[in-house]
Amino acid sequence: MPDLLQVENLAKRFGGIVATDDLSIAIPEGQLHAVIGPNGAGKTTLIAQLSGQLTPDSGHIQFAGSDITALPMPARSALGLARSFQITSLFLDLSVLDNVALAVQAHAGHSFHFWRDARGQVELRDPARAALARVGLTARENLPASALSHGEHRQLELAMALASKPRMLLLDEPMAGLGPEESARMVAMLRELKKELTILLVEHDMEAVFALADRITVLVYGRVIASGKPEEIRNNAQVRDAYLGEQEAVHG
Amino acid sequence: MSGWLSARAVTVVVLLAALALLPVYVELGGSRFLLTLFTRIIILAMAAVSLNLILGFGGMMSFGHAVYLGIGGYAVGMLAHEGIYSGFVQWPVALAASALFALVIGALSLRTRGVYFIMLTLAFAQMAYYVVAGLARYGGDDGLTIYKRSQFFEPINLSNKTQFYYICLALLYASIYLVWRIVNSRFGMVIQGSRSNDTRMRAIGFPTFRYKLTCFVIAGVLCGLAGALLANHTDFVSPAMMYWTRSGDLIIMVVLGGMGSVVGPVFGAIALLVLEETLSGITEYWQIILGPLLLLVVLFARGGIDGLLRKVRYA
Amino acid sequence: MTLFIEQCLNGLQFGLLLFMLAAGLTLVFGIMDLVNLAHGSLYMIGAYFAATLTAWTGSFLLGVAMALVGTLFVGMVLEVVVMRRLYGRDHLDHVLATFGLILFFDETVRLIWGPAGLSLPLPSWLNAPVQILPGVYYSAYKLSIIIVSLAVAAGLYFLVMRTRVGMLIRAGASNREMVGALGVNIKLLYTLVFGLGAALAGLAGLMQAPILTVQIGMGEIIIILAFVITVIGGIGSIRGAFVAAIFVGLVDTLGRAFFPDLLRMVLSPAAASTAAPALSSMLIYLLMAIVLVLKPEGLFSAGNK
Repeated sequence: MPDLLQVENLAKRFGGIVATDDLSIAIPEGQLHAVIGPNGAGKTTLIAQLSGQLTPDSGHIQFAGSDITALPMPARSALGLARSFQITSLFLDLSVLDNVALAVQAHAGHSFHFWRDARGQVELRDPARAALARVGLTARENLPASALSHGEHRQLELAMALASKPRMLLLDEPMAGLGPEESARMVAMLRELKKELTILLVEHDMEAVFALADRITVLVYGRVIASGKPEEIRNNAQVRDAYLGEQEAVHG
Repeated sequence: MSGWLSARAVTVVVLLAALALLPVYVELGGSRFLLTLFTRIIILAMAAVSLNLILGFGGMMSFGHAVYLGIGGYAVGMLAHEGIYSGFVQWPVALAASALFALVIGALSLRTRGVYFIMLTLAFAQMAYYVVAGLARYGGDDGLTIYKRSQFFEPINLSNKTQFYYICLALLYASIYLVWRIVNSRFGMVIQGSRSNDTRMRAIGFPTFRYKLTCFVIAGVLCGLAGALLANHTDFVSPAMMYWTRSGDLIIMVVLGGMGSVVGPVFGAIALLVLEETLSGITEYWQIILGPLLLLVVLFARGGIDGLLRKVRYA
Repeated sequence: MTLFIEQCLNGLQFGLLLFMLAAGLTLVFGIMDLVNLAHGSLYMIGAYFAATLTAWTGSFLLGVAMALVGTLFVGMVLEVVVMRRLYGRDHLDHVLATFGLILFFDETVRLIWGPAGLSLPLPSWLNAPVQILPGVYYSAYKLSIIIVSLAVAAGLYFLVMRTRVGMLIRAGASNREMVGALGVNIKLLYTLVFGLGAALAGLAGLMQAPILTVQIGMGEIIIILAFVITVIGGIGSIRGAFVAAIFVGLVDTLGRAFFPDLLRMVLSPAAASTAAPALSSMLIYLLMAIVLVLKPEGLFSAGNK
């Protein structure tokens, strides 16, 4: 069975800086694949290239059997590839429900409808409410998104990614800035989601990574230095030196 | 949420009613000048409502919106000059020309952002200004007098000031209603989302360019209609209608009235033009007051009149 | 041929004038991220000050020098009183606020000097034609504009490229936050930069005063061209502004001079005389539109976020 996401020899430079260096990853359907690495390793650049925000200099990306290397962002979303953002990128002046409803609307055909009130359409509002319920934000649905806490923003991010009923989620540091309680909630949520979606997870939070990942790829300076099952990675000396060592030092 | 009796709702209703009753007041002995002044205010309010669609709701800062006033106006003026007085020909031409211009200008400008977008829209407006100013046949710099207003079937007579006022008012009401429906529709959600966060919109699957372009064209057409009305109102068109400072006036109306609210521009148009009238009665150097006033609004009352009204609460 | 050389020099002179205006604009935009529509008002003030002060002192040079100082002063006061409150705000806020300033300045000038405009006569020693090539004569004054402008451009280059202040300016143009983080007295830097821009605008205004115009509204006409140049050259880039300004000056001047004749070769005389002035004016905007469509960040963008 072919992999859902196949990345081959991806490369990207910014001037003199190599952000992505001959990177190849294969992710089969149903897997939760974590990508870890020190800061500057090119993890966000990788997600940007996978989602279509950046165009790679060379290499190929295949999703669900089609070559999407040059496909623009909206088209990738239509194919079932959704992403969340590391830095909060929401519609802050719209309500929480409006935010998610927009994500639903994006996959509900074209939007050249000028007359009917969008906020009254159940075919948009119901799936939006369902996604909000999944992440536990139902109580906040009528507040402007700017009124939410940081942790709730991360939840909203997830809800929006889910609302488009994707086949695969690209999650860019969903735990960023979350306290212990919120992190635990997020991990539990992701564990549930794992059952129905394929997930590429970029994260720094090692506890979460080892709790969730089926496979882990380690990135340093844009290139893959190791890839395999979590126990293999944990025991890999090279990885420990490059990355996990400093993580343990930080977390004591 | 504010209920039906909020200060804002009451003000809006009273205002719209007052506008409808103005000609009655004039008939009963009020100054005829009021009718002329408010006809102009209503027409420009319509132009401001159209600008607010792309500026307030869409976040597209166009500094060349007055160009459509000129296009609509010159469509009427040029056709009248050639002996074609039928409104059934002039007005559709005005709308079609505005749509075409908006399509071209939008297609080229909407690929850019921020100040580049401002400059491109401004540049296109100036181009139109210079082209029209160079057309000696249609008056060039001096402008073109219109000797006969747009003709429709009996009993519609645009030369009847009261009738013309009500036609303009009806079209203003229709524009406000249209913009209100558009803004709350699925299309409007896309436009608002694009204003809020265009990258996110594209990431979740919306090809935002085509929606913004469509919105841009709708706004242009609406403003073109206002231009046709303006030409009839002043019986005169000139390139000055399209000069970039006129676009600035429209932006002032939108911001003064309150962006992101459908009726806001009406407040703004009334406020600006009434202010202009009253201040120029006091001193001929009234813009010395208007300038800093605008500055103060930008710094301290950014939500405009609409924003201030929303803040009023009954005890 | 002599006509062509003369028009080229005119184009160069116009371009250099535009450069001084655009340089101030692009500096302020690049470093403070401020869209200043009222930059044209400073240009107008420079011209009005020069006309009044030369008449008052009886000396061209003295009047001009005082006008320059006066404009610099007005610019710095403007920065402290108004511009400071606009930094960091939306560009729309800048556009609106500075538009309000235009109205204010126009009316104030009208109040003080009346609506008719002024004139600034040239002293006799500048009024004579100078022989630059055998058989080719050019106005001494226009020649001095070119010389002064080039000197200013060179001075600006030296300032930006070779001094500490210039380094801060260049750093600020590509990364505003860093300069603040470096602990430099940002407020003072901003005031000085704005003042420099104002002085340049005033200089452009007073230099063109004897040969073009001193009237209300002159700022509104020229500011658009200055913005066009800033955009073509790339915001924050003085080098870009220089190249774009010279290019625009030449295209505009040569276009207006020779385009009608070119048109007459392909169109009927009637059509040509109708189309020529309109198309000549359009040339610059067409140019900007083409540049932006092909290279949306301008030719020499300083890489600002």
